[in-house]
Amino acid sequence: MRHLIIRRLLPLMLAVAIVPVGLYSMGYAQAQTPKTLVIAIGADQTGLDPQTVENNESGFVMSTIFDSIVNYKPGSSDVGPGLAESWTISPDGKVYTFHIRHGVTFHDGTPMNARTVAQDVDRAINPSNPCYVLARKDVDTYDDFTFGTAKDGTVAKMDVLDDYTLRFTLPQPNAPFITSLAMIWQGIMSPAATKQYNCDAGQHPVGTGPFKFVEAVRNDHITLDANPAYWGGKPKVDRIIFQIVPESATRMLQLERNQAQILADVPPSDYSRVTGNKDLKLYTAPGLTILGVAMSNDLGPFKDVRVRQAMNYAVDKDAINKGLYGGATTASQGMPPVLWGYNKSVEPYPYDVAKAKQLLTEAGFASGFSTEMIVYANPRGYNPIGGAKLGEAVQGYLAKVGVNVKITQYEWGAYLDHYRHTPWEGFAISGWSGDNGDPDNFLGDLFEWDDVAGHQRTNDNSRHHDVAYDKLLVQGRQVTDQAKRADLYMQANKLLHDDAPWIFINHTNQVRATRANVTGFQLNPLQMFFHMEQVGLQ
Amino acid sequence: MNVVQAVVPGARRRAAALSWRRLVRSPNLLIGCAVLVLVIGAAVFAGQIAPYNPIDEAFADQLKSPSWLHLFGTDEFGRDIFSRVLYGARIALGAGIVADGIAIVFGVFFGVVSGYFGGRVDAVIMRGVDVMLAFPYLLLAMIVVAILGPSLINAMIAIGVVYTPQFARLVRGAVLAIREQEFVEAARGLGGGAVRILGRHVLPNILSPIMVMTTLTVGFAIVETAGLSFLGLGASPPTPEWGSMLATGRSFMLTAPWIATFPGLAILVTVIGFNLVGDGLRDLLDPRLRGRGF
Amino acid sequence: MLKYIARRFVQLVPVLLGVSILVFVGIHLIPGDPAELMLGDKGTAEDLARLRHQLGLDQPIYIQYARFLAGAVQGDFGISIRTRQSAIWEIGQALPVTIQLSAAALLFAVVFGLAIGVFAARHPRSLADTGAMIGVLVGISMPVFWTGILLLLVFGGLLGWLPIGSLLDQGMAWHHVTGMPLVDGVFTGNWAVARSAAWHLVLPVVTLGLASMATIARMSRSTMLEVLGLDYVRTARAKGVVERRVVSRHALRNALLPVVTLVGLQLGLLLSGAVLTETIFALPGLGRLAITSILARDYPVVEGVVLIAAAIFVLANLLVDLLYAYLDPRIRYA
Repeated sequence: MRHLIIRRLLPLMLAVAIVPVGLYSMGYAQAQTPKTLVIAIGADQTGLDPQTVENNESGFVMSTIFDSIVNYKPGSSDVGPGLAESWTISPDGKVYTFHIRHGVTFHDGTPMNARTVAQDVDRAINPSNPCYVLARKDVDTYDDFTFGTAKDGTVAKMDVLDDYTLRFTLPQPNAPFITSLAMIWQGIMSPAATKQYNCDAGQHPVGTGPFKFVEAVRNDHITLDANPAYWGGKPKVDRIIFQIVPESATRMLQLERNQAQILADVPPSDYSRVTGNKDLKLYTAPGLTILGVAMSNDLGPFKDVRVRQAMNYAVDKDAINKGLYGGATTASQGMPPVLWGYNKSVEPYPYDVAKAKQLLTEAGFASGFSTEMIVYANPRGYNPIGGAKLGEAVQGYLAKVGVNVKITQYEWGAYLDHYRHTPWEGFAISGWSGDNGDPDNFLGDLFEWDDVAGHQRTNDNSRHHDVAYDKLLVQGRQVTDQAKRADLYMQANKLLHDDAPWIFINHTNQVRATRANVTGFQLNPLQMFFHMEQVGLQ
Repeated sequence: MNVVQAVVPGARRRAAALSWRRLVRSPNLLIGCAVLVLVIGAAVFAGQIAPYNPIDEAFADQLKSPSWLHLFGTDEFGRDIFSRVLYGARIALGAGIVADGIAIVFGVFFGVVSGYFGGRVDAVIMRGVDVMLAFPYLLLAMIVVAILGPSLINAMIAIGVVYTPQFARLVRGAVLAIREQEFVEAARGLGGGAVRILGRHVLPNILSPIMVMTTLTVGFAIVETAGLSFLGLGASPPTPEWGSMLATGRSFMLTAPWIATFPGLAILVTVIGFNLVGDGLRDLLDPRLRGRGF
Repeated sequence: MLKYIARRFVQLVPVLLGVSILVFVGIHLIPGDPAELMLGDKGTAEDLARLRHQLGLDQPIYIQYARFLAGAVQGDFGISIRTRQSAIWEIGQALPVTIQLSAAALLFAVVFGLAIGVFAARHPRSLADTGAMIGVLVGISMPVFWTGILLLLVFGGLLGWLPIGSLLDQGMAWHHVTGMPLVDGVFTGNWAVARSAAWHLVLPVVTLGLASMATIARMSRSTMLEVLGLDYVRTARAKGVVERRVVSRHALRNALLPVVTLVGLQLGLLLSGAVLTETIFALPGLGRLAITSILARDYPVVEGVVLIAAAIFVLANLLVDLLYAYLDPRIRYA
């Protein structure tokens, strides 16, 4: 029996051992004939209808298929022409008039003009539209964020003035409107496709963008072909394949072997591997994010602002940002430096153990205190190393000033439940990625207390409440002039820094890696793959 | 005096007398015991042997590769991995004991009851076992942790629960095979009560598969917690648990492979030790091997 | 025998019912619901309420269960909360990939595991035996991602012999018949696809199968040792039967019994344990789908995956039990 087994196995083992390299590379070479760009991403898209999804991976793919009425300029969060060539805003800030581009068609041949664009936007604002997005089951959308809701009476009114002029009238001036319109989540889908697929063209997306959707194999890959008639210029590659590869080590190996040409996500632990390889290139840009350790502003020792400030002095943020985050920018206020409205004269809290102890003593905690911290384990966009690691680092520093922190680690879903729906006391890892490049998206969402309604805004989970701060934010939404708004936000940032609702940690960099022969690739603060028509392969 | 009673005690006496000689002549047992002594020693004397505090952070020393200063290198917090591995031995052994303990106790109970009594009881228990075995282990672990709360002990219990059906099944299989064998028939025929038969005849004979299973799963239990640690179901930081060290090391596999390698080796060594000892013991205690003469 | 088989089939029903209740209750017990996870860091309380209502999460739990059960008996597990495609379709995309991987890994494990176990049993307590057992132990106690990434690094990265992850080479399309690229490639005569699929399978199969191989090796060594010491084997030897025949004819068949049980168990483990392998090698299989769905609290998909996996597992074990009866004439099922 044993001889039989060996007899059968031996040739198999020999065959495996003499595997010719050529077989593999032959198959591989065949796939290269049309110029294909493979982008490795970590998870699959969950639908490609811009108004009905909100996750990053779907956004990555959609940003190559769709344009919005206005687009972000390449490499920036400033707004420039998109499907509209130009626009005017009325002096009272309520009326936006867009002049739509001529000569553009959707990938399915439908002409793009003010009427067809209006047909698509109608499902975002008109409750009697049969495809009204907000009435759809289980859809997470930015439509109410951008356009307001009919229910609250905050919805924008839309008028088609002629074939190439579209007008929006807002009930209140809302300066972030134009930047929200540029988001990928307001990409314009061909109304014919929406109609054809029963209001959900998410599996058959049709846009006006530089690439056309070909196929999507669940959890495996998404294939897109170039749109040679793209109004922004003919794409330099023939095909883009988004390959789904969940493990970061596998993605890195694929990049090194040229099985992938762009990595959408590079963890800090892999930076050195890219920079040390001459065939690869690392792209770094400041991210539109913030990361911090939230404190329960209304419970425990943290009610006292001196304690909160002491916590900021006690942690060596520069060491953490250099050591764990590969050189992220240390945070000093509620939003990142790339965003206008950032107060440059406000410095981050320096690492000063003596000052921390002094403040604690003043507040009555000379011998420190014990408290808890809740963390999650997995990485987030604004926190590439995960919550547990940051918690560990901070815990170590706090112990040195007499604050004993017991960490409880939760799975992400359980963490959200705990963080957002229970009055937790102590510390919690917190953070945020900007949606639309507007300061209100950071300062308002994260730290504002709705004085009218009498409770914190939904994402103000540290329960921070400062009336002067809230006033500044309300004003910021009403004024349209960006310079004036910037001034208001700078004041707000100073207040926030001094009030220290969080231990401000950093603004993590956006980092991507490509093969050295990839040309024209630019990062953009919204993290989407905009302007891929400019990317080529040498 | 009946046949069975004559054979069994005599065999036991002989086994005891021969065991010293066997210990020395069995490479499995020797090496296994040596390894286990090493691991237990590390756990017990970690405080004395470890050159550094396992939770002291020092970013200036981060990600250093192994050297005389840091035998196993340092992790991303600058902590000495050698010290963390030593202290981690305590938790690892604990995990193995708790997880396997639960699995053995419940698994043997259900397996023996199911296999020995057969019929309806067997059907019900085995259906329950099927249900649990078909469950993705992660979901099962998450449910247990959800009910009990997040902590290291509860993660260990969760793994014990996950392993229970496997033990039950295995034990039942062994009991089924033995049940039909002659000496049990004989004992039954002689009027032995169920408990007596179970205790005296059936249990000692299923020790063998149980031991193999136990020694195998001890290592798995430690590695499984790495899987749970990724999601936040394992130890909370900064506990130097081998499983969570593996979880961290996974991100650094390409740039600082020592972070995962040394806890991995520690697990490897522990598993080998347990298995060799288990093997050796099984060879010793199995009555049917006695005839081979050595 | 036929009555036995029929009875076992009938027993499927309470098992699946039990599974459905356990998974339904269990996943609702875990904190965090799909609406919350969809909104993540963002979203208002109104959004949460609206989503919860649209998903039917604000209904009493027994109504939700009844609704689910009504659909499940018709094979409709509902709509995936995450992707808004039919849950059964999502599962149907992933299942063949995992079956292909698990079947290949099981084959690898049985062939190599038996070979090593039998070899070790024939030379017990020798250094070769200890060496083989240590070698096998090394294989299993190395963490899967360690083995996987190491193999990828060496064979994919450094040597370039094997592809790094995925089912097929980038951009390769294939005609779906069963959903398993290797099988489909052979069926449709598309040898490029079949070859690509085979090369992409090698590393994941070894990674996944290593643990099962070691388990089978150890168990078969153990039982082989027991059997080789039994009286009837001694008799055969005494009668002068050639050793090889002793092993193959008399010993192996009986030694295989517990191994057969183990194979049944392994199949279940392979199905649910392929998660890490599928993650590292980027295979779009059931393990990954299960994890993603559990983490996103995608109730319909989780329930569907668990029920289908349970059904497969129970059926596989029925087959195993039948095989058991065939091999051991002493065991008779009434």
